[in-house]
Amino acid sequence: MIANWIDACAAGDIENEDVIRFDHEGQTFAIYRTEDDRYFATAGLCTHEAVHLSSGLVMGTIIECPKHNGRFDFTSGKAKGAPVCVDLRTFPVKVEDDRVYVQIDA
Amino acid sequence: MTNETATGQIIIVGAGECGGRAAVALRERGWKGKVTVVGEETLPPYERPQLSKGFLTKKVETSTFGNADSTKFGPLEIEHLVNVKVESLDRAAHSLSLADGRHLSYDRLLLATGASARRPSIPGGEMALCLRTSADAENIRTRLHPGRKVVIIGGGLIGLEVAASATIQGCSVTLIERNDKVLSRCAPISIAGIVEARHRAEGVRFIFGTGVKSIEDRTDGLLVSTTAGLTLDADVVIAGIGALPNVALAKAAGLAVDNGISTNEFLQTSDPDIYAAGDCASTVHPLLDGVRLRLESWRSALEQGERAARNILGEDVRQGTLPWFWSDQFELCLQVVGLPQTGGTTIERWLSPDALLNFHLDGEGRLVAASAVGQLNLIAKDIRVAEMLIARRARPDPRLLAEPTYRLKTLLAA
Ligand SMILES: Cc1cc2nc3c(=O)[nH]c(=O)nc-3n(C[C@H](O)[C@H](O)[C@H](O)COP(=O)(O)OP(=O)(O)OC[C@H]3O[C@@H](n4cnc5c(N)ncnc54)[C@H](O)[C@@H]3O)c2cc1C
Ligand code: FES
Repeated sequence: MIANWIDACAAGDIENEDVIRFDHEGQTFAIYRTEDDRYFATAGLCTHEAVHLSSGLVMGTIIECPKHNGRFDFTSGKAKGAPVCVDLRTFPVKVEDDRVYVQIDA
Repeated sequence: MTNETATGQIIIVGAGECGGRAAVALRERGWKGKVTVVGEETLPPYERPQLSKGFLTKKVETSTFGNADSTKFGPLEIEHLVNVKVESLDRAAHSLSLADGRHLSYDRLLLATGASARRPSIPGGEMALCLRTSADAENIRTRLHPGRKVVIIGGGLIGLEVAASATIQGCSVTLIERNDKVLSRCAPISIAGIVEARHRAEGVRFIFGTGVKSIEDRTDGLLVSTTAGLTLDADVVIAGIGALPNVALAKAAGLAVDNGISTNEFLQTSDPDIYAAGDCASTVHPLLDGVRLRLESWRSALEQGERAARNILGEDVRQGTLPWFWSDQFELCLQVVGLPQTGGTTIERWLSPDALLNFHLDGEGRLVAASAVGQLNLIAKDIRVAEMLIARRARPDPRLLAEPTYRLKTLLAA
């Protein structure tokens, strides 16, 4: 498998303690920025009912699904309990020259 | 009871959302004794909310979306007795009698018996279909064909969701509501107006201010007569006129019942060895000035189930999250937190021409509820922030609340 670093957005496109949606070749991702400027990426859809997580609220390192408040730790993808039981896939992220790159397997 | 005692039997009556969560929570908290869930339905806990939404519109194919907890019964050694009703409860003997003749003894009992759809008590009322279980939903789904005339009784959440789903399936829908607007029990008038307009735009007809007097079986279909003297032809009649808590078992056993099985804020009934949670329970709510409430909402069922489990194991957690529900109709999402009717002043925040968030403030300017309608991505974050502000008993500046470009989350830092 070839791993590609994809230029997703500018570092400043995401507010502190927030999330944005990023679509790439038919896949959708959620990219997060923590209060202390760390960046993370996960699959973009909730594992419960496939809702875009980017509409949810970020608190610390938790993303809360906008639909039924299912919670995931976006640094590990771990589902934090009912109603969500399936973890989110996570993707490596790096920031270079103020651009955020996500590593997506091709 | 403590986790260390590996002996003892905890029984949960009702394998719904609440009972399932409670059973798994007992294990998550380290309980090693026996856990038995007795359920009248034939299935492991499944999610009812989809029944009126994605399942009826064929977006999802199965009516038995097992929930997050149901998959854990096996691995966590939770015994689940299916298809058997608990007939009676002998509190003095700490025992239950099941419909199949078995008897079970318990050390602690959780009643999570939920609610049942209320049937219209009118001549022919039995011909109206109700929606509570996956079997009900399967039955309704097979009847929603394009061109079918569907009459819905009741303009509450279930009635409106079914109206939307039936319309999406190509049916011709008329909704009869006794009040002069939809959603009068749970949402403010501004939101009810947006919802109604959305339904009308899709072709749903509304008849307000009248009840249904009778349903007759004619050879070519059903005839619905209203109390105002109107008659309507129908192929299918569906009633969404509320749900009644399943309290018969508790009542017969002499437990206090007050619009639901009465519990204190720890979800304990009038018998200290018996707890009640979810749709069947009316509980004292600490965040709402100790008012007694029976919530019929999915998140409350999960949260109360979990908290009841913890209290059974000796913790003292008050049930204390705010009432919260959502609904989906066409592409509109509704989310309401707190009790809008407890607020005196309403501040509107328009997020787009068709996305509205209301903040409900009490006489002292304290935020007590928030209600929103619109696209999910516009409303969800703000509702969640509002919920946290309500829990903090915050008095946010109304001008900031009304300003859609203001990032609401900033108020949490204050
Ligand atoms: C069609 C529909 C759509 C909904 N949509 C939403 C929504 O969008 N948002 C929202 O917040 N909420 C929604 N709800 C409400 C939500 O589903 C309920 O609040 C939730 O299911 C309550 O869970 P519960 O476990 O307390 O009760 P229930 O789910 O009713 O489960 C109780 C179980 O106990 C069993 N039982 C009862 N008595 C006995 C007995 N004596 N012996 C053995 N078993 C017994 C019953 O058969 C049942 O299986 C919806 C409900 C329905 C029906
Ligand atoms: S869709 Fe995310 S919690 Fe249900």
